[in-house]
Amino acid sequence: MFDYSKYLRMDKLPHIWCYGCGNGIILKGAVRAIDKMGWDKDSVMAVSGIGCSSRATGYVDFNSLHTLHGRAIPYATGIKMSRPDLNVIVFTGDGDATAIGGNHFIHAARRNIDLTVVLFNNNIYGMTGGQYSPTTPQGYFASTAPYGHIDPSFDIVQLAMGSGATFVARSTVANPREMEKFIHEGLKNKGFSLIEVVSNCHERFGKRNKMKSPYEMIEWIRSRAVSKVKAETMEPEELEGKIITGIFRQETRPEYVEAYDSFVMQKAGGGN
Amino acid sequence: MAGKKEFLIKINLDFCKACGLCYSYCPTKAIGPDHEFRASVKDVAKCIGCLQCENYCPDFAIEIEEKK
Amino acid sequence: MGEIKFLQGNEACALGAVRAGLRFFGGYPITPSSEIAEQCARLLPRVGGRFIQMEDEIASIASIIGGSLAGTKSMTATSGPGFSLMQEALGYGIMAEVPFVVVNVMRGGPSTGHPTGPSQGDIMQARWGTHGDHPVIALYPESVPETYYEIIRAFNLAERFRQPVVFLMDEILGKMNESVEIRDDIEIIPRRKIEGDPSRYAPYAMKEDIPQTANYGEGLRFHVTGLFHDETGFPDVSGDNIQRSIDRMFRKIEEHEDVIGKWEETGTVDPDILLVSVGTQARSAKMACKELNREGISAGVFRPVTVWPFPEKRLAELSRKAKKVLIIEMNKGQLADECRKFIDGDKIIALNQLNSEMISPREIISTAKGVL
Repeated sequence: MFDYSKYLRMDKLPHIWCYGCGNGIILKGAVRAIDKMGWDKDSVMAVSGIGCSSRATGYVDFNSLHTLHGRAIPYATGIKMSRPDLNVIVFTGDGDATAIGGNHFIHAARRNIDLTVVLFNNNIYGMTGGQYSPTTPQGYFASTAPYGHIDPSFDIVQLAMGSGATFVARSTVANPREMEKFIHEGLKNKGFSLIEVVSNCHERFGKRNKMKSPYEMIEWIRSRAVSKVKAETMEPEELEGKIITGIFRQETRPEYVEAYDSFVMQKAGGGN
Repeated sequence: MAGKKEFLIKINLDFCKACGLCYSYCPTKAIGPDHEFRASVKDVAKCIGCLQCENYCPDFAIEIEEKK
Repeated sequence: MGEIKFLQGNEACALGAVRAGLRFFGGYPITPSSEIAEQCARLLPRVGGRFIQMEDEIASIASIIGGSLAGTKSMTATSGPGFSLMQEALGYGIMAEVPFVVVNVMRGGPSTGHPTGPSQGDIMQARWGTHGDHPVIALYPESVPETYYEIIRAFNLAERFRQPVVFLMDEILGKMNESVEIRDDIEIIPRRKIEGDPSRYAPYAMKEDIPQTANYGEGLRFHVTGLFHDETGFPDVSGDNIQRSIDRMFRKIEEHEDVIGKWEETGTVDPDILLVSVGTQARSAKMACKELNREGISAGVFRPVTVWPFPEKRLAELSRKAKKVLIIEMNKGQLADECRKFIDGDKIIALNQLNSEMISPREIISTAKGVL
């Protein structure tokens, strides 16, 4: 039995998320992964933006910061620049990180600053009532896509890879243990880590798309999940609409603040 | 190892939002819905300690403990 | 006597900030403020601080809010378009009561406007740029030496009141060079270290209306949000709490005007014509005043150094005795409009110019003579 109460602000529960919301499953996976790191809670800094995902910071008994829509990553960047010894985790969503915060996401990945970004991808703007996001699949319905959605989606894993992230993984709420493992691997990486977790929003997305219950929607996610290893044997047409899961990149590159201190500060004659 | 492992199923009804994920994923139907669709123990002897319910519960409302 | 340095305004701003304890700067290049970022990039790593060039102005201000909450004195610098982009996060800083400094070297606007021309067009944006009701502290020096000392005061006010401070400059001030005496005896207010019982710590418990917020990572775990919150830092959007919070935030600034407020009075005491001007434009007003005095005309200058909160009590007092109040600005009359709230409208003469040039002493003199 895992003692979640060690890491939670129990007086803030039950949380505000809807019944069956995958965000709670992700929060639990993240907490178990953090526990494996054995960190002192005072050394953990949780930062979030705005949206359903970003309410996560209110429930964890760490240093916590609920910022502006899209801006969790630059706030976290400033914290890391100020206190590199803190273990900084960002909880964000598909809208928060890839629409309004897209610019910050790619630049933090490019710098390889030591942040672990857990991105709750529920394919929709849940908190504001179900408007389409950069990851709403084409052909589905949203409150702002009443005739069906035409926008192509971001592939967040490819976006992170192209931007230079040194740890990139994707899992889903249909596989909580795999998700936990990937978050743990991300936390271990000294650099920018992105763990995308595909989640269910049956309330704002599912109900408009013939998936009323959390169970139906999680099963829909499971039915589309294909491991990276298996995907490599499949044809592009077969992979249409699938969610490829796995660790896509795990490599070492100089971390931003370490590089600043060892190069810039040394040359400037500062440092300790 | 002799003997079957036994488990305790702890449900916190203050946190349960009746989403049904725990009993939907319970492979032995040790748990099921109560009259308000919240989690309830149906037959604790059937629990095999797979933790599916605990892992899927988004609300920190169910815990499985192995009896020592 | 301290060391004398010949400095550019933007350079003095960076040097003063580092002297005040600045150790983290997040910024984005924009004319005419870029030298401030360049100087910080050069100076900060020498003193164990860090500089980062962010991807835009929104990220810049977000990064310094994070840096400050984690215990490091932080600053960003920008100009009109960048200042517009920073407004939302400036409001966050006011709401979450985070100390930091935002420098805005004013250029001609709106929009891209005139990047290399001076302006005083952001006086009102500094006051009301972010949404919602909120108090603001904004300082605006007139010279390079004053820039050096006022940026230090900006940091001190930020720390003391846990409030972002807007530091206004203008293109003329940012780019001009003057001698600055670097004194040794400068008061620097350090970042407070808060101690308490971690199990019962309330980051927004107030002492004289000022929150007693710790720094992240020093053993007191707490939550910060841009939502209205109670003393524990967690959201409370009840009507009562919203009313109480805004009233208290205003009180925090308004009831300390004795510390925050600052202005200069020169020329004739209780003059017939009172010239009101801020920033570099005030230097032209002071020169005009001297000339008017030499000609025997009863004239004085009132120059707010703290622009917000506006020193209206003192100005109202002086205005009662004056026949005319001539308000001289490189904008459409933003301060003149503010003055109409508390000065008899018939007394107010607004002298405004938007052609990217400072209003000359000659124009001020002829306007003054024309209205007396």
